[in-house]
Amino acid sequence: MMQLLRFFTAGNVDDGKSTLIGRLLYDSNSISTDIIETLTRQSKTTGTNTEIDLALLTDGLRAEREQGITIDVAYKYFSTDKRKFIIADTPGHIQYTRNMFTGASNANLAIILVDARNGITDQTKRHSIISAILGMPHVLVCINKMDLVDYSEEKYKQIESDYLTFAKQLNLKDISFIPASALAGDNVVTKSDKMSWYKGKPLLEFLETIEIVEAKQTDVSRFQVQYVIRPQTDDLHDYRGFAGRVVSGSYQKGQKVTVLPSGIETTIDKIEVNQQEVDLAETNTPVVLHLKDDVDISRGNSIVPTEHLPKTEKEVTATICWMDNATYIPGQKILLQQNSFRTKAVVKEVISKIDIHSFSQLESDGAMKLNDICKVLIKTAEPISFDSYADNRNSGSFILINENTNNTIAAGTID
Amino acid sequence: MSKSLDYLDELESEAIYILREVAGQFERPALLFSGGKDSICLVHLALKAFRPCKFPFPLVHIDTGHNFPETIIYRDNLVKSINEKLVVRYVLDTIEKKKLQDGKGKFPTRNSLQTYTLLDVIEEFEFDACIGGARRDEEKARAKERIFSVRDEFGQWDPKMQRPELWNIYNGKINKGENIRVFPISNWTELDVWNYIKRENIQLPSIYFTHSRECILTENGQLMNTNEFVQREEKDVIVQKNVRYRTVGDMTCTAAIESEAYTVDDIIKELLETKISERGATRMDDRISEAAMEDRKKGGYF
Repeated sequence: MMQLLRFFTAGNVDDGKSTLIGRLLYDSNSISTDIIETLTRQSKTTGTNTEIDLALLTDGLRAEREQGITIDVAYKYFSTDKRKFIIADTPGHIQYTRNMFTGASNANLAIILVDARNGITDQTKRHSIISAILGMPHVLVCINKMDLVDYSEEKYKQIESDYLTFAKQLNLKDISFIPASALAGDNVVTKSDKMSWYKGKPLLEFLETIEIVEAKQTDVSRFQVQYVIRPQTDDLHDYRGFAGRVVSGSYQKGQKVTVLPSGIETTIDKIEVNQQEVDLAETNTPVVLHLKDDVDISRGNSIVPTEHLPKTEKEVTATICWMDNATYIPGQKILLQQNSFRTKAVVKEVISKIDIHSFSQLESDGAMKLNDICKVLIKTAEPISFDSYADNRNSGSFILINENTNNTIAAGTID
Repeated sequence: MSKSLDYLDELESEAIYILREVAGQFERPALLFSGGKDSICLVHLALKAFRPCKFPFPLVHIDTGHNFPETIIYRDNLVKSINEKLVVRYVLDTIEKKKLQDGKGKFPTRNSLQTYTLLDVIEEFEFDACIGGARRDEEKARAKERIFSVRDEFGQWDPKMQRPELWNIYNGKINKGENIRVFPISNWTELDVWNYIKRENIQLPSIYFTHSRECILTENGQLMNTNEFVQREEKDVIVQKNVRYRTVGDMTCTAAIESEAYTVDDIIKELLETKISERGATRMDDRISEAAMEDRKKGGYF
């Protein structure tokens, strides 16, 4: 069995983030020779002075290569004998924060890059706060460009202590540090001989061996109906199954369950996985559930264990990141989508705005602008069944959609 | 603590989840089927997602007229065995109707022409979502695309205006005339696809496996199939080789690779040893410029 680790990288525009990923792929032999040829050719025309500009590996759009920046998240894949990895290379620029959220939302580990010459910056703080809001199980601070500070241990120690002081308030669960030079290859794949004072692992080994903690931390079973399966054929006349994924915990044949939001109690009659009956379905399994009683259930409804009900209410308090170019006008009707559940909603109150440099709560004037992170009270038209995001990444998260443009305008985590 | 799954289970679960979201969110979806291994995997995943129901979408094949005959035979057999609806539209019809210039040159590709046929079939059936087998590891522009990718009424992808896409929440809301391209196996690599084919014992068109074939050896070392669409010249270097196809595109622009791989296991072993990327090895169309794929996507291509 091979495990999958999804991580994202974040850093300032010139922290060398794309170079670090390029180095990881390059030194772990994950890049094909034809791609290297293309890169060599490209590096001569658009790249920097180095032999191969590794950043060109991830900056896949013409505009990115022209400007030498990352605009949108790029996904890269590589594997070693020990693990498979999915990297979301996210943009560092504040303008593209929403793209960073996109890349970070499915990750279990954040790599936050810090330029050893500059130390902790406003962007470092912002990326860390976003990691905290998204409940990232692991944060790795990679102090890059150590070659430009003479591989100074003192410099490294200073940044480490500055970061820990800042991060105290964030409640990040697991913070690690690695001094590196992506450009020179120090402590990326192989251990650097220029920093013998560093006793830890190089980056790749760190990623291969870290014990992955899943972001959803609950054993409590959760399931939402995605699609009702009704063949309506002669031989399957009464077949009515509820297709969806076990998002956390597990489901058993004979288990007492409650359908939400209706509150009707029933029992699981049958569980099918790929048309085979099973007695037990574990987390992440795509299933079709059949219930004893003929209850009215549609897409977006939850089927949950009767003894562990989520909250079902028409109001939620949440932290949201505003992602639309247009400012939110108080009272504007919007749509809220939580996995397969969608309802009309309105932001009743912007309780406070979070200062993304100090994590302190500021008073709000009620409007929300691009990249604002706010604590809000949302009222929904239909009752929503939810857990707190801290308990369950899946049933505790939602997006907001503009009814007019249909754009995704905010991401929210429920308190 | 939730149990950790094997990565193939995790990828499969994600893909089935996405397929069911398409069924739940759209009125008139379609599954774009090319006869290649990636779209064959999609059909397999759809069986797992929807059976005992019929698929909530037809399979749609854009037939360039340059397909390998083995692919067409495979397609028809598959559709018969799973008893699903297949819609075929021909690029040649579009060329005649729209008075388009057919592909020219020695290896006349219809690759960019199929975009016209695709956009026409979307309009004809008013498809609001088209499921495709594109993967992010294939190419650097694909690496940037969302799983639910919004296209405007001209089919265009705007890479700078992509919607945020968070967690497993897919926003399929669109305005009239727009449609969404959906890529359930975005996070799979070529090797993942083959490991899945092995695990699930999925049958494939025979040209994926080694066979003896007459080929033109091009100046840059690619092995191109000889067929009625390719212009033969006297200076052509003709070779008879044991080859297989790593991707199944058009006969005119897909190169074969030398291979002795008889089985899926052989192929997996071969892939682990190879140093050339999938598209680099087999596609003439991507060699044109650094942004070839980005430009095609902006124009409505998959």
